[in-house]
Amino acid sequence: MGISTVSIPWAIWTILLPLAGSLLCFLLPRRAALLGQAAAFSIVVPVAGLGWQVATHGIQRYAVGGWGAPLGIDLYADGLSSLMLIMTALVGLGISLYASAYFERRKAQFFWPLWLFLWAVLNALFLSGDIFNLYVTLELLGLAAVALVALAGGADALTGAMRYLLVSLLGSLCYLLGVALLYHAFGTLDIISLGRLMMPMPAVWTAMGLMTAGLLLKTALFPLHFWLPPAHASAPAPVSAILSALVVKASFYLLLRLWLDLFPEPGAAPRLLLGVLGAGAILWGSLQALRQKRLKLLVAYSTVAQLGYLFLAFPLLISAAWNAVVYFVLSHALAKSAMFLAVGNILYFGGHDRIDELDRIVQRLPLTMTAFAIAGISIIGLPPSGGFVAKWLLLEAAFSSGQWGWVLVVISGSLLAAAYVFKVIGFAFTQAKVLHETRAVPTIMEWTALGLALAALALGLMAPLPLELMDIGAPWVTLIGEELP
Amino acid sequence: MNWDEWLPLLIVCSSLLPGLVIFFLSERKVVARTVLNLGGAVAKLMLVLILLWGVLHGHHYETRLPLLPGLDLVLRADALSLLFLPLSTGLWLLTTVYAIGYLEDSPHRSRFFGFFSLCVTATVGVALAGNLMTFLLFYELLTLSTYPLIVHRGTEVARRAGRTYLIYTMLGGALLLIGTVWLYGLAGTLEFTEGGFVAAGSSNSRAALIAIFSLLIAGLGVKAALAPLHGWLPQAMVAPAPVSALLHAVAVVKVGAFGIVRVVYDVFGIEYAEWLGVTGPLAVLAAVTILYGSIRALFQDDLKRRLAFSTVSQVSYITLGVAIVGPIATIGGIVHLVHQGLMKITLFFCAGNLAETLGIHKVSQMNGVGHRMPWTMGAFTLGALGMIGVPPLAGFVSKWYLGHGALEAGQNWVVLVLAGSSLLNAAYFLPILYAAWFREPPAAWPSERSFGRWETAWALLLPPLITAFMSLLVGLLAAAPFSPLEWARLIATREYGL
Repeated sequence: MGISTVSIPWAIWTILLPLAGSLLCFLLPRRAALLGQAAAFSIVVPVAGLGWQVATHGIQRYAVGGWGAPLGIDLYADGLSSLMLIMTALVGLGISLYASAYFERRKAQFFWPLWLFLWAVLNALFLSGDIFNLYVTLELLGLAAVALVALAGGADALTGAMRYLLVSLLGSLCYLLGVALLYHAFGTLDIISLGRLMMPMPAVWTAMGLMTAGLLLKTALFPLHFWLPPAHASAPAPVSAILSALVVKASFYLLLRLWLDLFPEPGAAPRLLLGVLGAGAILWGSLQALRQKRLKLLVAYSTVAQLGYLFLAFPLLISAAWNAVVYFVLSHALAKSAMFLAVGNILYFGGHDRIDELDRIVQRLPLTMTAFAIAGISIIGLPPSGGFVAKWLLLEAAFSSGQWGWVLVVISGSLLAAAYVFKVIGFAFTQAKVLHETRAVPTIMEWTALGLALAALALGLMAPLPLELMDIGAPWVTLIGEELP
Repeated sequence: MNWDEWLPLLIVCSSLLPGLVIFFLSERKVVARTVLNLGGAVAKLMLVLILLWGVLHGHHYETRLPLLPGLDLVLRADALSLLFLPLSTGLWLLTTVYAIGYLEDSPHRSRFFGFFSLCVTATVGVALAGNLMTFLLFYELLTLSTYPLIVHRGTEVARRAGRTYLIYTMLGGALLLIGTVWLYGLAGTLEFTEGGFVAAGSSNSRAALIAIFSLLIAGLGVKAALAPLHGWLPQAMVAPAPVSALLHAVAVVKVGAFGIVRVVYDVFGIEYAEWLGVTGPLAVLAAVTILYGSIRALFQDDLKRRLAFSTVSQVSYITLGVAIVGPIATIGGIVHLVHQGLMKITLFFCAGNLAETLGIHKVSQMNGVGHRMPWTMGAFTLGALGMIGVPPLAGFVSKWYLGHGALEAGQNWVVLVLAGSSLLNAAYFLPILYAAWFREPPAAWPSERSFGRWETAWALLLPPLITAFMSLLVGLLAAAPFSPLEWARLIATREYGL
């Protein structure tokens, strides 16, 4: 697969546009919502352009400022990264539309610069081909996310944000130590050059351990998930959606890149450990979600559980498992953002999110409840939805590699998810004893939640397309035919 | 555009699209909703008739859309689907008419009819599914679209019934999913084939295939209400009567039974299944369910609960017919798919009429009701006698073929089961008929509503009369060309390569 010349540097525009939007929103706070939405819509163009380039011409590489790999900043786009960009653009667009109605002006002037900045950083992270740049983006991402959590104000949000900040810094610090070790050992930061130089030695093992631990902390893999539910549940609805759908995926994406490109032979034991932790996350997260009395916490714990699925690919070690996991990332991003936005509507409507007092919400907010239900279908993994495709691929991979235990984990996770999703839906039909004051939810907020949920559903009907795109230049394609450990 | 490639998809969409539009209609738009409902149902019936006509003239209908790499969404008209499809489409039209009458002036009708249409979409999808993947997709869609109908009334009892329903069906769906993925890994295909696709490439391990068979049957058995997986069905009675009618005769229970037929005939192949040694246990399970359901039905005073346990028993006739390996029993089992549908939907329509018109919910309240509502009880009587197996009604034909088939296959014990079940059927239906026709009516009914010159609203009366008449007709004209029996004979001939 040749690396073609680029006619238009779409990649760089995917970072510059949100960055410029962020600056403008910061400078013109009165028009922040308008400018922010304009930026959100305009980002779709370069993202689509880049996706098209990758789909037709293969891997794209762009040297910023004309400097080459060892010195300058290289942007690197393969199928996986362009898919991540597309996912971010879709979810980002939905969240932007939602946020335009959700925030009052005082909050909006803080939200928009932060959110667009975060978007730019995310895109940069997905396009970086060098472990130091990845560190920079990771750190900036963490800071922007913390600031967004704090936006809600109030003691809960500030405590959540503070804990999130400490975790985030600790995670990036671990990662940075690993980067320093590798740079010291091999004198380069470029992932591809490093991948060629790697050899089993203590410095490499230490670096791998540190970087992985830092990223696991940031991805909130069980049992390092303790910070996620309070942070995600106390943030404003669009921010919860950003965090659950996109931010945690960024550190997972990094982990995936590192393990596939940088440490191709990590041995069976660490891989198994990651799988076991993933299984723990699925079961523990789902059980905790089932126990929650507050809707937002339920959804946050559901994220903990869903993140567990992503780690089941590590012990399976066949390319189909990676396809499954990336599909999980995509469908979870769409479904979970829809779910958080729907919960945001419910909270906005009734002023509370106690599950047993939902009080006929199905009749009073039908669109929102539909969004929640459809997103729930994808989270459970029922057909036809993105979640089903992901689960099917994962089960297929588990069967074909003869590892039965994971089948049981995946299925129990689905059943538990069904239990907590339908617990909510059940109470949405019945009349509550306590009545609450209500206020009307802006139409756009209902429709964006539904739109994202429908996108998660559509992902189940057009699987061949994303699956083809993610295989372009994918690190796992070389794994095909590889022996099992 | 090739018409033959799109007709099956059109049939599925003919209820999906009206359903989606109905969701967005406001409660007050009664006319628009009724037009959409009936329009969709009639359009679907027309399309199915066109399909039947085409198949008779040698057309091959198949829609194929890529779903996953190597796996397509396949909708295909084959002999089995052509038996189930007209049944579900025809009964949907009648149930829609009935539901419009039944739900007059009740709240949340747009939501109700939206999910009602989704439910039928899923059933039709199951009927037309050309591979196990497509089957699974619509099977789960059916679970999801039925849930809001069960909890429709929004009471605490309804919520609990819905929860029970989900616990059972989600577990069933999970088992089905495991079995399907495993099978796909072993066989490399999921395409339904006459004589079974597993049989064709049977180099696989026997133990694994037995496990897969058990997983699939257990997954389907939940919906088919095979004991001990039937627990959800009597509870689901809290749903409105048209939903019960749909659940028992056309959609959920029937889809489970239809799935078992598919798995035995088109996935494993009957001969291969027999070789695996799985048909014997399945037959025993079905026989136990038949007797157990009937015995439980004896002790129910709630009319709908009695009918529900009767369904548990009657649907297992289908499984029994499939599991007795022999062409004649196969005919009996498959034809019962249609016959049970017609009879049971009649009974549920009638039960709904009694509840709506007179407020009667219990068997003990039915004294003399035949004098007040002769037409309804006439239809009920036909349905009940059919269930018992009185000739020449539909149920007799099924039982005759089942018994004859069992003797031919050398499984004489089945005849005893059938005889016992018929006795029990008589024991729980005849007292109802006796009370309704020969006892004195009480001074006042629990809560009577007047509907003018008719004994009840015409929309409630017409559907059971039609279905009762049809259940008489399919029994009387069983030997006529294109009767369900003849169609079942054709399927059996092909399956056994006669």
